[in-house]
Amino acid sequence: MEQRTDHIVKSYDNELDQIDHIIGEMGVLAASQLKDAIQALVKEDAALAKKVVSGDAAIDALEQEIDTLAVRVLALRQPMALDLRRVVAAMKIGGSLERIGDYARNIANRSQVVTALPGEHGGIRVIERMGGIVDEMIHGVLEAYREANVERAEAVRLRDESVDQLNNSLFRELLTYMMEMPSNITLSMHLLFIAKNLERMGDHVTNISEHVHVMVTGELPEWERPKSDRSSQITSEES
Amino acid sequence: MKGLAHPMPVTTTATTASEISSEREQVGAGANSSIISARNINVHYGEKPALVNVSVEIPRHQVTAMIGPSGCGKSTFLRCLNRMNDLIESCRVEGDIFLDGEDIHAPQVDVVTLRMRVGMVFQKPNPFPKSIYDNVAYGPRIHGMADSNSELDEIVLNSLERAGLLDEVRDRMHDSAMGLSGGQQQRLCIARAIAIAPEVILMDEPCSSLDPIASARVEDLIDELRQKYSIIVVTHSMQQAARISQKTAFFHLGELVEEGETERIFTAPKDTRTHAYITGRIG
Repeated sequence: MEQRTDHIVKSYDNELDQIDHIIGEMGVLAASQLKDAIQALVKEDAALAKKVVSGDAAIDALEQEIDTLAVRVLALRQPMALDLRRVVAAMKIGGSLERIGDYARNIANRSQVVTALPGEHGGIRVIERMGGIVDEMIHGVLEAYREANVERAEAVRLRDESVDQLNNSLFRELLTYMMEMPSNITLSMHLLFIAKNLERMGDHVTNISEHVHVMVTGELPEWERPKSDRSSQITSEES
Repeated sequence: MKGLAHPMPVTTTATTASEISSEREQVGAGANSSIISARNINVHYGEKPALVNVSVEIPRHQVTAMIGPSGCGKSTFLRCLNRMNDLIESCRVEGDIFLDGEDIHAPQVDVVTLRMRVGMVFQKPNPFPKSIYDNVAYGPRIHGMADSNSELDEIVLNSLERAGLLDEVRDRMHDSAMGLSGGQQQRLCIARAIAIAPEVILMDEPCSSLDPIASARVEDLIDELRQKYSIIVVTHSMQQAARISQKTAFFHLGELVEEGETERIFTAPKDTRTHAYITGRIG
């Protein structure tokens, strides 16, 4: 790993550290938004859901802050090598975390509708598990970023497969449920979208793992992406 | 593109993905053979080593940038390539340098002819205290390159044109070169260097005494000149090296630490010393 600190110009270090700091802050916020959104769904907590919806603006603001700071560093410092890769990675990671925040808000919005609907569904347990894995993935990838640790980034990325598999099985289950009784369709559709949001969050964490790899090594990872999301091919006949 | 003040120019004529990739291959395929091969170069000033076992290939029709902190040996290396170091009494050069396969230290090599083939542009513009015309005509005259005045005129005009200076001096060719601005003087020195039709042009910090606009003109010129010449530029500005060169060599304490494709050197250098230098961690 190349040196990360001690530029001759100290304020340059401060600016790069500030970018790292905001990424850390955004990541923690995104993970906590996700956790709260899932809790709001599981515990049928409308107040918590509303808090998540209004909390998304803070993540958006941090993304703006990263972009402004990164553009400033690019213009004023003309970073090279690892410094350049750090700034570019931060801009991309900021974008992914912002999207994760959007998905959490979407889950929170849907949780309010699901709570208002009659009936219960076991699928919520699967969603809770998916949310737990994605939450751990976000924390893991933030650590990989902070420590500039490629192995850790790859380990995080591999966990995305289990998120995809849970999404596939939930998709099948909900399809059957809807076929059995059309009155289940509204609830099932919302749960499907929530699962899809979690699956997309996993993909964004995977992207962040790849950005960490490029940031640390300067090369694109040769990892083969696990392609376990089969929900686009599932039909009612096979479910 | 609506709303963009400066839309990106469309430079491709390709309409399909396969045409684009074949265009890219053509752009990437340049003449990649070496014009200069330096092998195991050691230079001493008296007892003091200035270059230690430097071996490098200089690609044809490309710009090669030499970067490194002051005193790292990059200018010493540049001066080896046209045997300018012969002029320094205490300087001892060991190793082999081949220009297009010919050993430049071979006894039959005429240094004047070598310096015709390997021209040089210096840090400070150094026009002769003569007219603009005479500055450019000087080399062709002493080398007997023109049989008539009209032939000499043609060489001078062509060289000024290629150096991007002709339009600015067309009406005052016989005025003193000392009246030109710094940037114009440097382009005049480049015109003077190319007037004797060199194969290689060595440039030692060619923009360090110029303002940003004049530097940009010289950089643009360097990029154009590489179609016809192979260029080696010593520069302190890493941004300049990144902008103008295709290959970069990093020197440190007389050693060639790392060389390679410019893009790679500036985005993902392999040696920690290169990394420290280009990211501003050592002076």
